Amino acid sequence: MNRDSNGYTFGFAAAMVLVVASVLAFTASSLKDLQSENVRKEKMQNILSTIGVETDREGAEELFNNYIVEQLALRNDGTVDENVDAFSDVKLALELKKDVETQRFPLYVASVEESKYYIVPLRGSGLWDAIWGYIALDEDRNTIKGAVFDHKGETAGLGAEITQQWFMDRFVGEKIFDVSGKLVGISVSKTNNDPNDTDKDDHEVDAISGATITGDGVSDMIIERLQHYLPYLKATPADLAYNN
Amino acid sequence: MSQPKSNKKPAIFFVAKEREPLFSKKNRALLKDPLDDNNPITVQVLGICSALAITVQLKPAVVMTLSVIAVMAASNVIVSLLRNAIPNRIRIIVQLVVVASMVILVDQVLRAYAYDVSKQLSIFIGLIITNCIVMGRLEAFALGNGVWKSFLDGVGNAAGYGFMLILVAFFRELFGSGKLYGIQVIPDALYQMGYENNGLMLLSPMALITLGIIIWVQRARNRKLIEKN
Repeated sequence: MNRDSNGYTFGFAAAMVLVVASVLAFTASSLKDLQSENVRKEKMQNILSTIGVETDREGAEELFNNYIVEQLALRNDGTVDENVDAFSDVKLALELKKDVETQRFPLYVASVEESKYYIVPLRGSGLWDAIWGYIALDEDRNTIKGAVFDHKGETAGLGAEITQQWFMDRFVGEKIFDVSGKLVGISVSKTNNDPNDTDKDDHEVDAISGATITGDGVSDMIIERLQHYLPYLKATPADLAYNN
Repeated sequence: MSQPKSNKKPAIFFVAKEREPLFSKKNRALLKDPLDDNNPITVQVLGICSALAITVQLKPAVVMTLSVIAVMAASNVIVSLLRNAIPNRIRIIVQLVVVASMVILVDQVLRAYAYDVSKQLSIFIGLIITNCIVMGRLEAFALGNGVWKSFLDGVGNAAGYGFMLILVAFFRELFGSGKLYGIQVIPDALYQMGYENNGLMLLSPMALITLGIIIWVQRARNRKLIEKN
């Protein structure tokens, strides 16, 4: 057979595309369940880690069901939409693109040894791609109990350091409201001047050198996402103490 | 006239062609040469971009090495199997499709069975497609050689690439963050005496300089690489 003929070339290309497409499609669809299971369990693991419950991916599901007592899908006015499953129906990345009216924001309420925590999912932009995470608020809905961050493509060794425990630990104990009750969030600051992060009332944590844009992304993400929860957090002001 | 030859060989039905042993000297050279004499990075100066991008820390460099070995061995074997069927005019495209599908397969499998590793590597896995070493070996070797040789050549070149990656990552992580494989190795006492991590080591230009120094050392050491003028 003449390997240089047009017919052969076209035939080969067509056959190759068919074979490759079916192999890849078959692999992707047969591994899909395993992959989404991994993603789901990791989400549970991340949520749990903000309230100080450390677990491996396998044990995540059981602990999640134990500790997370409520999963709310909130409208922008702070009311709860009963028809939406906050954990599986709401994809924050898509939600942010919707109209304000139809947006639903998940809020997880955890109960650990008599204490109640509110866990808010975050999503924003880093330098290269999306960054996301969870932040847990104490019962006073002001003090941060714990935070966890993750990213898609930040630079290893620089922006990617936001996933390191030492960075996430800096957020613990910081407050999101200032004395007047205004939401200020936490800023990742280059002028913090408090490398050991002993001042928990300054609404600032120390930035990572070389990761300015990722750090700014984290600050923006925290305040922007918390904004949606203001009506809910303030809905019962009796609970809300601005005890700065 | 027709005197029968006394040393006439008996008729042989099965010609026992002498088979090359699996690890003959030539085959071993396929594995060994890319590690030093013909290293894809330091001698052929291929695959530099990824050598700069993923050598900030040791761990991604090691996983990247393993993935490149898998991808190169597999695509070398596939292209070598198809070498008599691939139309000459679209061979580059065919090679690209083979490499890209292998990379996607590796990525999918990692995501299902080694989720943490796949998260570690994220975009770097996709970058294997653009690694010139993979295409270079397919074009230069697998298209003209048998399956076993191509397999060895793929593994050897990927290992040579990975060896340099790990070497550069070692120095960058050590001097850039004072750690090796994520574990701190430079004692706190040294930091208290005023030692500072060199932040420049974390940036790509220092990878190039580190690589340059490695090339210098290698050329001074290895006589075969000394250019004769």
